[in-house]
Amino acid sequence: MVNVLSIEGLTVDFNTAEGFVRAVDDVSFVVPENRTVALVGESGSGKTVISQTIMGLLPQAAAITSGKVILADPTGAEPPVDIATLERKGPRMRHLRGNRIAIIFQEPMTSLSPLHTIGDQIGEAALLHRNVSGAQARELTKEMLRLVQFPDPERALDTYPFELSGGLRQRAMIAMAMICRPALLIADEPTTALDVTIQADILKLIREVQAELRMSVLLITHDFGVVANMADEIAVIYHGRIMEKGTAQQLFSDPQHDYLKALLNAVPSFHMDRDERLVPIRPIILKSEDLTRNRPHCDVAPGEPLVEMRNVTKTFTLRKSSFLGGKAKTLTALDDINLTIRRGECLGLVGESGSGKTTAAKAILRAIDLQGGKVLYNRGKGLEDIAALKGADLMDYRRRVQLIFQDPFSSLNPRMTINDILMEPFEVHGIGTPQERAERARSLMDLVGLDPRFLRRYPHSFSGGQRQRIGIARALALNPEFILCDEPTSALDVSVQAQILNLLQDLKRDLNLTYLFVSHNLAVVDYLADRIAVMCRGRLVEMGETRTVTGNPLHPYTKALLSAVPEPDLSAQLDFAALDAKRASEPQLWPEPFRLTDGVEPSLVEMEPDHFVCAPGLKNAGALEGTAA
Amino acid sequence: MLYYIFRRILMMIPTLFVISLLIFFIIELPSGDYISNQIAALKSTGEQSSIAKLEFLRKEFSLDRPFFERYLVWIGLWPGPHGLDGLIQGNWGWSFEFDKPVDQVVGPTLPLTIVLNFATILFVYVVSFPIGIYSATRQYSWGDYGFTFIGYIGLATPNFLLALILLYLFNLWFGLSVGGLMAPQYIDQPWSFDKAMSVLAHLIIPTIVIGTSGTAAMIRRLRANLLDELHKQYVTTGRAKGLKENQLLIKYPLRMAINPFIADIGNLIPSLVSGSVIVSVVMSLPTVGPVLLSALQSQDQFLSGFILLFVAVLTLIGMLISDLLLAVLDPRIRLGGRAAS
Repeated sequence: MVNVLSIEGLTVDFNTAEGFVRAVDDVSFVVPENRTVALVGESGSGKTVISQTIMGLLPQAAAITSGKVILADPTGAEPPVDIATLERKGPRMRHLRGNRIAIIFQEPMTSLSPLHTIGDQIGEAALLHRNVSGAQARELTKEMLRLVQFPDPERALDTYPFELSGGLRQRAMIAMAMICRPALLIADEPTTALDVTIQADILKLIREVQAELRMSVLLITHDFGVVANMADEIAVIYHGRIMEKGTAQQLFSDPQHDYLKALLNAVPSFHMDRDERLVPIRPIILKSEDLTRNRPHCDVAPGEPLVEMRNVTKTFTLRKSSFLGGKAKTLTALDDINLTIRRGECLGLVGESGSGKTTAAKAILRAIDLQGGKVLYNRGKGLEDIAALKGADLMDYRRRVQLIFQDPFSSLNPRMTINDILMEPFEVHGIGTPQERAERARSLMDLVGLDPRFLRRYPHSFSGGQRQRIGIARALALNPEFILCDEPTSALDVSVQAQILNLLQDLKRDLNLTYLFVSHNLAVVDYLADRIAVMCRGRLVEMGETRTVTGNPLHPYTKALLSAVPEPDLSAQLDFAALDAKRASEPQLWPEPFRLTDGVEPSLVEMEPDHFVCAPGLKNAGALEGTAA
Repeated sequence: MLYYIFRRILMMIPTLFVISLLIFFIIELPSGDYISNQIAALKSTGEQSSIAKLEFLRKEFSLDRPFFERYLVWIGLWPGPHGLDGLIQGNWGWSFEFDKPVDQVVGPTLPLTIVLNFATILFVYVVSFPIGIYSATRQYSWGDYGFTFIGYIGLATPNFLLALILLYLFNLWFGLSVGGLMAPQYIDQPWSFDKAMSVLAHLIIPTIVIGTSGTAAMIRRLRANLLDELHKQYVTTGRAKGLKENQLLIKYPLRMAINPFIADIGNLIPSLVSGSVIVSVVMSLPTVGPVLLSALQSQDQFLSGFILLFVAVLTLIGMLISDLLLAVLDPRIRLGGRAAS
């Protein structure tokens, strides 16, 4: 078998202000023809530098100090070349780029230009490398869009990226990479930013395209679930060095290196025991004494309802611009949601993008106005409608309810120091003297395991995980009792994710917090949540104790979500063939009694004790309640 | 799209009314008006016949009416002494200071003002674009530092000082008498090729003088915008396709970076007019700037009101143009409604 890519002793140095930094250190591995090799490592391990080296896209400051990167085209169309010796911006490198080697990136939202149609952007590579006319390029593009299963390739040619969903954009990226039928595809975290169900679709697509074009894939990822489902061979990289490499079978069944073992232990999975903890690679020591000492007392007894959503309905009006204004179209983001969050619990809210889970969180925060229903909150004086809160009461509510954001990069103001960021809540609420505020900022840093000396720094000098800890510290600044976590770990590496999840768990225990944990990752929710609520298209479809829901999902949508989670286990592979059959996020296509048509009230039925499922069919039939399971 | 243009133009009408009301309110803020000031001056010298004439003028121009009525008479929505006769009907008002209708006072200056403004905007864009792109793509090079230095000097030098220096230098080097907008022999002559060339030659210095600070500011902004865009993921995507650097730059990041500049066309106009007042005085340019200055000083309210309104109209037109250009260039604006569905 031919090795399409052979890397031998590759070393890459960065010339930074602090001197030379070795990003890649004596790395060697091969990618055989028509195989998938996974390069696994955390952020900053050098895996992206390797992909940049292969693409000739290394930044100015980087230099290849030694080693070879040999690309051998299996078709024999071109003699093997050592990419390491080519000039990065020269014509020979440009000839390879996008032609023999192609890449897809992590962020489908930003990796396409918003100002050009996808047809234009995909066809560009064909125009550059395949010596075709504009019309032929368009035809080729259409063919590629068909290959990546665009619903309507002809129409898709003239759409702009912002008109497409994340999954479709990633398909467009794949089409763009495939159009010149490259020998090697580099997939740099291709599904990290996507929902689980879409991730499964994209992974399946990469496999199918690979089989059709017989190309090699270098899969760069930190997700062992993806690795287990895709890779033939694995190379584990840490601090620029390959720690371990071998076939997937070898590495999963018998990991040798401590680092690999540690990484595998940091991944939450459904097989874990309820009280089993993840083992982060760099655990945080929690110092919560300072905060527990002067916390205000919460008057709501554990287990009592703290937040209640009653028949909450929210619709958004979409302005449809056509020739003469057009008519307004509405989107129901929340359809008659009833949800109770009990004091001291962690409720996991699960669903794909666009299912309304973030809107639900915003409704609780009173960040949006509702069309119907109300959100009630118990401040110790019984449940109150938060829409009626005003002035000091509203400020008090804002103090009690805080939010942790999804993206630790954009949720911290880059022009404020960490000190300013942590003190701002106190300034807004007029709490404490400057000395007390500074004191609190220091103890908050301690609490999330960061050195208080970092307070004077700006966000850019922190890693993603550290930033998320700063975000958590900010959320905790006002001693809240209820925290909304909006996908707090979806932008983070598994190893860091384990760290953050444990941190959240410890904080909940020590500070008696209540969480609403919004996520699309069922394995994460399964690890942290006491109860799970599943949302689809603005409706609540299933709710119950965590283990009841994940162990015995009743609703077809929940089943589909669960089956799409890639497990870091070779014996529990995704069933790609089965994925195709069900488009489970279409309420009209659900089987009876779950089928939901427009206008039908999405009522929940208690099919098992404390396990509710949205099944209008059962409700109408009446007497079946509680027996269907 | 047609509907958008139509709606956009329709929206200008109420905007214009609000602007005119504000302008009228502001120019009437100082106590008294031109006539009553004149009357007060004449009373001290005791010329009764002139006072009678001025009293007649006060009535003639409805200056004795309440504020809103005066405003409505001015814009032509309320019958004055001669029926509906205001801006809407094409009567631009009377300049007391020059004792002529406003259109005769400002008429000759308007085309030149527009030409000068247009030339300046063109200058700003033509000069700042290549330099901004150069500075951004070769960040921290000697060229970048050099342009940054010149740019800061351009920003920091007062326009009138620059005007004086250039007047002196041009006179010294080329023997050009660069004051005014044309050589003296062409003034009041019919338009000819030579006269047009003379105007063009005289436009050079005012354009440079008025445009320098705008150019410097725009270079800085284009540089900053482009630097932001150059590191975006879609640029890497384009590079990964094998595009040449220049093709890549023009097709992707530059397209993204120019949005703020197009959006700026409307905003440039008022700042150019108000910024050019002193320069016009120094260089004796026959633009509306000096006229506006003297009208404001003598409380010649119809004249100053008309000029301010004229600038407002220019601004609105500039904004309309930039909005339409943005819609053409940026599909997100054009198709914004389609995205969410």
